[in-house]
Amino acid sequence: METLNYINNGQGLASWLLTKDHKRIALLYLASITFFFFLGGLFAFMIRVELLTPAGDVMTADTYNKMFTMHGVVMVFFFLIPSIPAVLGNFLIPIMIGAKDLAFPRINLLSWYIYVLGGLFTLTAALSGGVDTGWTFYTPYSTAAANSHVITAALGVFITGFSSILTGLNFIVTVHRMRAPGLTWFRLPLFVWAHYATSLIMILGTPVIAITVLLVAAERMLHMGIFDPALGGDPVLFQHLFWFYSHPAVYIMILPAMGVISEIVQAFSRKNIFGYSFIAFSSLAIAIIGFLVWGHHIFVAGQSVYAGMIFSFLSFVVAIPSAIKVFNWTATIYKGSVRLDSPMLYAFGFLGLFTIGGLTGLFLAAMGLDIHMHDTYFVVAHFHYIMVGGAIMGYLGGLHYWWPKITGRLYPEGWAKFAALMVFVGFNLTFFPQFVAGYLGMPRRYHAYPDEFQVLNVASTLGASVLSVGYVLPMVYFLWSIFAGEKSPADPWGAKGLEWETPSPPPTENFYVTPIVTHGTHQYAPSKEVGIV
Amino acid sequence: MSKGRAQADEYYPGPVHQPPVHIAGTHVEHTHGHHPKLQHHFDTMAQQIEASTLGMWVFLVTEIMFFGGLFMCYLVYRTASPEGFAEASHHLNVTWGAVNTIVLIVSSLTMALGVRAAQTSAPPKTQVAWIVATMALGAAFLGVKAIEYTDKFTHHLVPGPYFKWEGKHPAAAEMFYSLYFCMTGLHALHMVIGLGIMMVIGIMAWRRQFDADYYTPVEVSGLYWHFVDIVWIFLFPLLYLIGGHFTE
Amino acid sequence: MSAGHVAPKSMYYMVFGALIVGTILTVAAAKVDMGPLNNIVMLAIACTKATLVILFFMHVRWSSRLTWVVAMSGFFWLLILFGIGMTDYMSRGWVPGTLR
Repeated sequence: METLNYINNGQGLASWLLTKDHKRIALLYLASITFFFFLGGLFAFMIRVELLTPAGDVMTADTYNKMFTMHGVVMVFFFLIPSIPAVLGNFLIPIMIGAKDLAFPRINLLSWYIYVLGGLFTLTAALSGGVDTGWTFYTPYSTAAANSHVITAALGVFITGFSSILTGLNFIVTVHRMRAPGLTWFRLPLFVWAHYATSLIMILGTPVIAITVLLVAAERMLHMGIFDPALGGDPVLFQHLFWFYSHPAVYIMILPAMGVISEIVQAFSRKNIFGYSFIAFSSLAIAIIGFLVWGHHIFVAGQSVYAGMIFSFLSFVVAIPSAIKVFNWTATIYKGSVRLDSPMLYAFGFLGLFTIGGLTGLFLAAMGLDIHMHDTYFVVAHFHYIMVGGAIMGYLGGLHYWWPKITGRLYPEGWAKFAALMVFVGFNLTFFPQFVAGYLGMPRRYHAYPDEFQVLNVASTLGASVLSVGYVLPMVYFLWSIFAGEKSPADPWGAKGLEWETPSPPPTENFYVTPIVTHGTHQYAPSKEVGIV
Repeated sequence: MSKGRAQADEYYPGPVHQPPVHIAGTHVEHTHGHHPKLQHHFDTMAQQIEASTLGMWVFLVTEIMFFGGLFMCYLVYRTASPEGFAEASHHLNVTWGAVNTIVLIVSSLTMALGVRAAQTSAPPKTQVAWIVATMALGAAFLGVKAIEYTDKFTHHLVPGPYFKWEGKHPAAAEMFYSLYFCMTGLHALHMVIGLGIMMVIGIMAWRRQFDADYYTPVEVSGLYWHFVDIVWIFLFPLLYLIGGHFTE
Repeated sequence: MSAGHVAPKSMYYMVFGALIVGTILTVAAAKVDMGPLNNIVMLAIACTKATLVILFFMHVRWSSRLTWVVAMSGFFWLLILFGIGMTDYMSRGWVPGTLR
């Protein structure tokens, strides 16, 4: 006799496609996001195959341009930005705050359909020949010269932006108005703080890129020239508007991962987080200061030197809250009772790789260095360290940590450890050589390169092959676990948090009894807050 | 702290304690002791309306940033060629612009009074009357815009291959009109959506769904409508009234 | 239960009156050449009208602090876009001998 939970409560396709349950919507997102992840990975594979040899012999330059463009568009807008918020955030936030659902369940479902629609537009652009402007759509190439499917792709990005906006809107209202009795802000899990900060960025930033890509589509369709130099239009204005969102967007990608890491590090050190309020405020600081630094993408494009200096300074400032978090996570692990289960392996990977990625960002924030390293593989390596070494490790770590809660099944830990190792080794082999290549001058977005860079590129492609195995393995054993994995108890890790107090998988309404919270939800050790010292 | 799990639990039973506040069990019996419009993931009507209003405000913030991108383009290009923009603005008909501004302000009044009617449990006919008035004014606004747009088409002021400008700053004029069409066009699109929303609200009001206990959709739609009005409050002077003194 | 504060109809009419007056003023002021002051006056009137609509028609006057913060944050964020963005345009050409 199986107990009623959100998975078996209602059968049939319609009950899933028309669901209002945030947990089912999270699974809908999981399916579509996984699809786009592998699509983006396919484009990456094409890039790495071409770059095995210095000559541009696998595909034409135009085709190569389409490969890196589609890789960027799909990975940024259809994987990295939605991944943790739409899958883990949607699933966990109501449970973590003791609510029955998000504030607007139907809008939550709508956001998924909007995501799928935007994805269809982009898929159409890809299948009808692709886009070759770079995921950054720089004008005037994208508005006047490119003869690829810019409008379709731009509209795909525009539509998907609304999915992001609605998710952020839902999270903000939920965290403000749906917390269980006694759950004050400073008792919230850091995962929730991270998603709240992320939602602020989604709300304030996404509309700007929405209007910007709409203007690009309008210019192409209607021949109006907002960014047209012939009319006195400024291509740099496009870059200002584009990066006003796209820089904070990278914080949309990393903040949720940081939230995951905060949770994992506590659970697997069996220790309260060190400096809870510092991490909470740092999340907000990253979100806010992250809006002030976008010009560091435009240093060499024609922006004034004085504006560049302001942006450079602010870019150094924005590193500070991230560093505070890294110190606090480290201090949490220090003298903790550490267990190296697979989620913790991903967390350790995150700590090292995010630190490297973040530090190399500082190199690029220095205008003088950026002049040499802009548009080289140094930049590519920098952002992949953060987005892949950071965000994707956070996503995978979170998926592993909460998989038993989401599915009620345990995955095979041995395979998971092996996959984590493959990911770590593969990642470093792929992207570390790119730092070297970029520093030595190899430019990005070229399908051919001078012979002296070949060794580094071959190492990178080899690493990518290992990395891809590391990514496929979890798909296989996660799927296996759904059918044949051992059933999970409510709290397989011995972790603290409201989500571990409810069964695995949870019932549709999350809790049989609304919790009343009397102290912080993640107390692994006596603390002053509960009067036990 | 490297003590084993059992000892930690000894100090720490977890953050939750009894007694229960609200039974959230499976819906065996559904006795509705609450307002029929209370959605089940909310605890009270007050929570529901607070959440809905906050949600609409958060959405309006996204709309501010959405239009804001266009205002940024306007700021940059007007700063680059102030005389060109002033010259281009002369062709716009200030009278039509002012009429539209008044029309929208009146429509905001009728909308606000419509919300108030629902708030005070006014008879459905009264509620519907205010909403219909709002819609009529919105339609009038769009009518005037249609007249203005037609004028632009006839005078070759649509940016693109057929744009013709006789004055001293043709490039700036074309830029001005690009922004004019984008900004007023986006605004008009929001008006059309607003009319659709009003239609739905009007039908709901006709069906007696709103009273002092439940008027959330009217309140929230009102917020949207007022926002669209506010955008025009800025568009009017920035597009129609620049260029110092002029003869009209 | 009534969640909202119900304002008297007279308040709405008064705000309406103020908005109409503001519109007339702004058209009149545009006809007078005040140099750079034209822009300031025009923006000031527009901001005042917007504030009246927000406070009274949109009920922010009687809403929670959170609503007020949310509403203000949108406009404040626009100022960030305008302000920092314009530092680029205003300071181009400051380094002698360069375009930027």
